[in-house]
Amino acid sequence: MKRLLTLNRHLTERIGFTAITLLAMVTVLPIVGTIIYILIQGAPAISLEFLTGFPRNGMREGGIFPAIIGTLYLALGTSIFSVPLGIAAAIYLSEYASDTPLTRTIRIAIINLAGIPSVVYGLFGLGLFVLFLNFGTSILAASLTLSIMTLPVIISTAEEALRAVPQSFRTVSISLGATRWQTIRRIVLKEALPGILTGVILGLERAVGETAPILFTGAAFFLPKLPGSPFDATMALPYHLFVISTQVPEMPIQIQYGTALVLLAFVLTMNLIATVIRSRARARRQW
Amino acid sequence: MNKIIIESLSLQYSDGTESLRDVSLDIRQNAVTVLFGPAGGGKSTLLRCLNRLNDLTEVKSSAGRILIDGENILDPQIDVIALRRKVGMVFARPVPLPMSIRENIIYGLELAGEKRRAKLDEAVERSLKLAALWDEVKDRLDAPAIALSGGQQQRVCLARVLALQPEIILLDEPTSGLDPISTGKVEAALQELKKDYTIVLVPHSVQQAGRTADYAAFFLQGELVEYGEGKSIFTAPKEKKTEDYITGRFG
Ligand SMILES: Nc1ncnc2c1ncn2[C@@H]1O[C@H](COP(=O)(O)OP(=O)(O)OP(=O)(O)O)[C@@H](O)[C@H]1O
Ligand SMILES: [Mg+2]
Repeated sequence: MKRLLTLNRHLTERIGFTAITLLAMVTVLPIVGTIIYILIQGAPAISLEFLTGFPRNGMREGGIFPAIIGTLYLALGTSIFSVPLGIAAAIYLSEYASDTPLTRTIRIAIINLAGIPSVVYGLFGLGLFVLFLNFGTSILAASLTLSIMTLPVIISTAEEALRAVPQSFRTVSISLGATRWQTIRRIVLKEALPGILTGVILGLERAVGETAPILFTGAAFFLPKLPGSPFDATMALPYHLFVISTQVPEMPIQIQYGTALVLLAFVLTMNLIATVIRSRARARRQW
Repeated sequence: MNKIIIESLSLQYSDGTESLRDVSLDIRQNAVTVLFGPAGGGKSTLLRCLNRLNDLTEVKSSAGRILIDGENILDPQIDVIALRRKVGMVFARPVPLPMSIRENIIYGLELAGEKRRAKLDEAVERSLKLAALWDEVKDRLDAPAIALSGGQQQRVCLARVLALQPEIILLDEPTSGLDPISTGKVEAALQELKKDYTIVLVPHSVQQAGRTADYAAFFLQGELVEYGEGKSIFTAPKEKKTEDYITGRFG
């Protein structure tokens, strides 16, 4: 009887593990499937001309060079605004702000901002940057809009990374005659940097892949030449993908998938960099 | 000579705990003064007042004065950075900063603006020798400090304080995590150091208190019960409470 019970328990455990493993595989399957599908469908379109040429014949032929460059510009523009601002805000929240109703409100606001649908940011950007500040439909307006969207992600991950640095380092540093700012600069920021970078990359990754926020603020349907200044509109990969998938009749399918593949490569590369930074930092961490 | 004069010091943390109640105490130069007593007695709190580390904690109210070389260091006007260079602190758990042994030792000096390589090297050697660690680490000064044993780490922490050439050294149960041999090394270093420094030690046991104390102060729930020469306190305490504690009847 007793042996039967242990056998039974063993069996139940085995079944449980198998079920969990299967469920985990089921969740991974669609992701892997999508990537493989896009890879197979899009790979034939990838060529030097596709990556470095302009679209021709109503975008049905040629390349996506201006969209690639545009996306790079937007990523750059977004990081110029959101990275310093986001890190500064995180430092303030983690190192200086005490727990008052005001800072609690700020934290709640940041969490909620992260949940706002991106199209709302787009409309806000249209109202504030394009119209009110009169930046026009431009890289500048789009970058600022994307910055606002990315800020909550950067602030909350950076704050978390800063808080993860042991309090004892701060105490010791202060006890050795360091000021608060010296302590932050020489110890806290240095130790939190990998975590902060991961947050920055993940935030930018989201910005790079979004269509809605740039739709009204900086994205162009088609431009015959590259943007020359931050006040010009630009083509961008996600919007270009949207356009060629819905707005152009008789679009060759492999151009769509080729574009999707390039966008995917962008995002996955950023993800990979973030992962490498994180794991290398974890291996080297001294606490 | 009295290096530190504490006059009617009281302190209440923001959660209402009264951690020090009207404590008055004179701490002698070039001696080891031991603050001992059961947990929660206010020993750490007192130490953290002496280098104003309590500035980092939320303190509801504090009263009294602490004179170091005649200057009231609780005065908000004083230069706390200079104070902390003059009053070094070693904590219970060794906390090597996440950098090499050498960088740990010169951290405070660099912050103080010392850039000359020769001066820094000299400080590294001098302070590691004082902390009785030089022979063990002189060939791997650029190794991460975390790679050392707990006892060695704690001596790095001591050396890091010594590098700043302080006048007073505060040690809060510096040997609580160490084996008897490392503990012996730290205690021996303290006996050497007291020739040049004023040392305030919170020991991790009554035995250590007895071994190291030139002067001893017994704290109980925020109050100073008895203070005097180590010899007399540990052999013939005047107060019943002190005697009970030393003989292990409570605490
Ligand atoms: N940061 C703080 N905030 C609130 N209360 C505190 C704080 N630090 C200490 N206390 C309280 O103050 C009292 C004295 O604490 P302290 O750490 O000075 O005691 P101690 O004598 O060093 O004890 P131990 O032997 O356990 O280290 C305790 O009641 C403690 O709970
Ligand atoms: Mg203590």
